[in-house]
Amino acid sequence: MSTMMVSQARPAAAAGARVAVAQPLWVRVTHWINALAAILMVLSGWRIYNATAFFDFRIPNSITLGGWLAGALQWHFAAMWLLFVNGLVYLVLNVATGRVQRRFLPLSPRAFMADFTAALRGHLSHDDLTVYNAVQKAAYVGAVVLLVLLVLSGLVLWKSVQFPLLRTLLGGYEIARRVHFLAMCGLVLFFFVHVMMVILVPRTLRTMIRGR
Amino acid sequence: MSLRNTVRPTVELSALDRRFLVKEAERLLPMNARRRFLRGGITLGGLAMLTGCNVTDTKMAETLLMRISRFNDRVQGWLFDPTRLAPTYPESMITRPFPFNAFYDMDRVPEVDGESFRLQVGGRVRQPGSWTLEQLASLPQQEQITRHICVEGWSAIGRWGGVPFSVFLQRVNADLSSKYVAFRCADDYYESIDMPTALHPQTILALTYDGQTLPPEYGFPMKLRMPTKLGYKNPKHIVEIVVTNDYPGGYWEDQGYNWFGGS
Repeated sequence: MSTMMVSQARPAAAAGARVAVAQPLWVRVTHWINALAAILMVLSGWRIYNATAFFDFRIPNSITLGGWLAGALQWHFAAMWLLFVNGLVYLVLNVATGRVQRRFLPLSPRAFMADFTAALRGHLSHDDLTVYNAVQKAAYVGAVVLLVLLVLSGLVLWKSVQFPLLRTLLGGYEIARRVHFLAMCGLVLFFFVHVMMVILVPRTLRTMIRGR
Repeated sequence: MSLRNTVRPTVELSALDRRFLVKEAERLLPMNARRRFLRGGITLGGLAMLTGCNVTDTKMAETLLMRISRFNDRVQGWLFDPTRLAPTYPESMITRPFPFNAFYDMDRVPEVDGESFRLQVGGRVRQPGSWTLEQLASLPQQEQITRHICVEGWSAIGRWGGVPFSVFLQRVNADLSSKYVAFRCADDYYESIDMPTALHPQTILALTYDGQTLPPEYGFPMKLRMPTKLGYKNPKHIVEIVVTNDYPGGYWEDQGYNWFGGS
């Protein structure tokens, strides 16, 4: 727990009081690496999707990454290492430091509904940024689940022969393509809501940069 | 270098003509024109974080991405289990008609005379020489109904028959410790694969499609069928096979596509 506290109290804080770190360094570092990796993956992924669009629309090429299919694939299969290794570090540290239990649990549907209604009414407090409300917990856990699903379905698309169990679980190659795409949609939705909330509560951006 | 600039018409052309010109140029100039993949790519991607995006940075990014792609080749070679089989399907699941796909249109499919055709075999083999189609047909044959997966994302299930490639390599006494098997094709396509994939039990030198002699649009006189590889790794209209230790590259790989290109 000592790592969660800053060693020196800021002058503005009450005398002798220690200001809790809302986001430890490793969370901040992995957060921003993940943001970069996910953006690279999504933008290059859009270009890859355009090569054979399976829904009735294409993503405008001007907002994709890679310039053409081979370039997009190169970005995608480079950024995947960043996403994967960084994600692994994030998950391992979350479990090892006990942050999962501390910040994400307990998470009940009832608490989620209560906080969700409060949020819609503008009654949700953000006074203490070291504590997530239930909507935040659900959103962040949801984003992690989507990222894991993206990696797993991506593995089926990349290595369908080498991971037969995973391939079967995801319904085969063609279904896995759709799962991969829909999980991306979910992540993009999260991204926009996430950024919107940061704009509404700008102090959270500071905690993700400076820690408190 | 933008492709559009290189083919700017000197006379007034209709929009349709212009589109045809661009399409034609894309076909003729795949190398240079398509290598622009990063130009614009980074900036248009809205990646403001990669600040000061000038030509040098672009070149550096291009080199770095190419290096990571070669690193991925090694990882994929390491992940490849030579005994793991690609799924097979019942005949009822065959995609009909099976899609034609090449770097040219159907009317440009090469015409190969089966009677006079000779497959050339060379490189690190103890019995180099040439093979007639009849000789190849007399070797042990194997059939498979497998999924062809294109790098573009789409897939289709087809039925191929032919000589298990490992049998063929043993017949010509190939040095199986060599790194690569390279292919030259009648349509000027060229391709190469790793030896473990060449020896995979589902890798076949396909002479038939759906029980018939391999039709021209699917690669007559022969295609290397590998359900563990993406479509572009499966060369059609093969005229020469070379076993080698010198990296031979491939038509699409030399433009930026991943060399391992498979599962």
